Amino acid sequence: MTKPSLSVKDLHVSIEEKEILKGFGIEVKGGEIHAIMGPNGTGKSTLASALMGHPNYEVTSGEATFNGEDLFEMEVDERARAGLFLAMQYPSEVSGVTNADFIRSAMNADRGEDDQVSLMQFIRKIDEKMGTLEIDQSFQHRYLNEGFSGGEKKRNEILQLLMLEPKIAILDEIDSGLDIDALKVVAKGINELRSDDFGCMIITHYQRLLNYIQPDFVHVMMQGRIVKSGGPELAQKLEEQGYDWIKEELGIEDETVGQ
Amino acid sequence: MTTELTFPVTEQQLQSFSQGRDEPKWFTDQRLAALDKAGKLELPKPDKTKIAKWNFTSFSYDADTEATSSYSGLSDAVRTLVGEEADVGNLLTQKNGVTQFGSVQDELKAKGVVFTDMATAVKEHGDLVQKYFMQDAVSSDEHSLTAAHAALLNGGAFIYVPEGVEVEAPLQAIFAHEGSFGLFNHVLIVAEANSRLTYIENYLSEGSGDAAVANIVSEVYVGDGAVVRYGAVDNLTDSVTTYVNRRGYVSGIDAKLYWALGQMNDGNTVSENTTYLHGQGSYGDTKTVSIGRGKQIQNFTTNVIHFGKDTDGQILKHGVMKEAATSIFNGISKIEHGATKANGEQTERVLMLSEKARGDANPILLIDEDDVTAGHAASVGRIDPLQMFYLMSRGLSRTEAERLIIHGFLEPVVGALPIDSVKEQLYDVIERKVY
Repeated sequence: MTKPSLSVKDLHVSIEEKEILKGFGIEVKGGEIHAIMGPNGTGKSTLASALMGHPNYEVTSGEATFNGEDLFEMEVDERARAGLFLAMQYPSEVSGVTNADFIRSAMNADRGEDDQVSLMQFIRKIDEKMGTLEIDQSFQHRYLNEGFSGGEKKRNEILQLLMLEPKIAILDEIDSGLDIDALKVVAKGINELRSDDFGCMIITHYQRLLNYIQPDFVHVMMQGRIVKSGGPELAQKLEEQGYDWIKEELGIEDETVGQ
Repeated sequence: MTTELTFPVTEQQLQSFSQGRDEPKWFTDQRLAALDKAGKLELPKPDKTKIAKWNFTSFSYDADTEATSSYSGLSDAVRTLVGEEADVGNLLTQKNGVTQFGSVQDELKAKGVVFTDMATAVKEHGDLVQKYFMQDAVSSDEHSLTAAHAALLNGGAFIYVPEGVEVEAPLQAIFAHEGSFGLFNHVLIVAEANSRLTYIENYLSEGSGDAAVANIVSEVYVGDGAVVRYGAVDNLTDSVTTYVNRRGYVSGIDAKLYWALGQMNDGNTVSENTTYLHGQGSYGDTKTVSIGRGKQIQNFTTNVIHFGKDTDGQILKHGVMKEAATSIFNGISKIEHGATKANGEQTERVLMLSEKARGDANPILLIDEDDVTAGHAASVGRIDPLQMFYLMSRGLSRTEAERLIIHGFLEPVVGALPIDSVKEQLYDVIERKVY
């Protein structure tokens, strides 16, 4: 089996006719963990949403392929069934639909009639994953994200990640609002997935999550594109020195876009 | 302008129909007087829905159905609702008003519980029927449809629970409709003081979809301390125009009446559901769910009218509109002068799934007393594109995501219904209607 891959070239994305991404490019393969870092307002979340197909974002030019297929030709659900996953910063609440029903429907979405996940298989797996993430049993019977705290929503996103086992995952600020213990638990969950069949793009503006999930590549985003790439040592330097030295080095005065 | 309706039954035909059923004279006389009124009175005027051009008068009055009395004679659709023969408890099934199967546990009969069809009830329990039939809850001279109902009644059930008798197992009635038959179905329930009862009814269509009419009236009388749970799943086909009026007359002190209504007809429907809270400390609770589809037009009006002190009325209605369906949800909590410490609350929510669907929710509080509490909430909205994005981002197709959102939207009502079998039937009907 070939390694999964997500390839993005010269991507331009607008929201309400304001251009946010201006020539973004990246190549993520199975076995790789990429950290996308950068100050607020530089287009990181726009990138995540646009790749998943968020209805409010318009791809104006550029291309993205997922395992060789044109990503932007695919509907949102087709992208997901192909193996792309987005852990969202602000997941929706859906009243009246229990977490368990939702996750089971999602697991069965790309399976045929006679290949559905049985209730027993499902229960065994969700119990195990909730154990990993130190989530209370009651979680699965609550309505999807309804009344969840910020931290609970983040854990729920990671629970879905572990249950669905995508090929490439984008984690959009999954660390915000998590205390250090929760952060470790979430990191443990993600590290469990590490293999040649899984690639990951971690969007964050803090280095601390990367203490627990060692990235292979670190990219810094400013003005809607990657302005600097390196290895884990780059994250360390950002933690110590902030972003100003990059701005100076590149002669950037305002790193934000569309503000 | 008044539109006079002409019903396809003459006085002579009605007289011989009544005689053929061996009805007592008072009932025949009542029919004939009502037939006269039916042609003179006007149609009801449900708020915000025009029904003047709907078909209320074109139907056949020939049931064209043989009476049977065995379980094996029931259709598959009916059997699905009643379960295995061995599990049948207290059941009445009719097709086009003709009784097909009836069963009441001996233990209930011994306690004086009556559960029979209307045709039998007017003959064998004439005094009781006469005491309540279209008296306090519904009157035949309200408008042409209640008059036509009193005149042309040709199906239904009568339930009587004596004082202090608690009926544990639900009483179930199934009213099947077929062809162009005009079904005038009447359900009369009398729950005497400190009795308890759960009643479940199903309306369903069988066979081909000819233009037809269903004119349905239910009356529930609840005495002191009595508790009645009334569940219904209406599921008539798109060619049937339905007028359905379910009224509760809660006269007893501390009496309770719970309505659980699944209003799933596919044809044009006017539904009125009214609870009169006369008894001090009495309680009325109405929960309804509906799904509109195709081009159907529906009007659902729920009234809770408080007369007694310390009465409590709750209304919760959720509706989903698909395709080009239109529905009006009116909720009226009326607190009369003197009903001190009354509490009236209501919520109406409508979810529209398509650009062509129309929904309107109108919560109305009419309060004629100072010392009361009341509240209302209403919302009409379209499906949230961000919810859809979220669900689809996990691989669910648009249809499957919509299905989950619809189930979720109806769940606060369906999940809270006080009768489990109605809940399960509704999950099935909802599942069939959302695709």
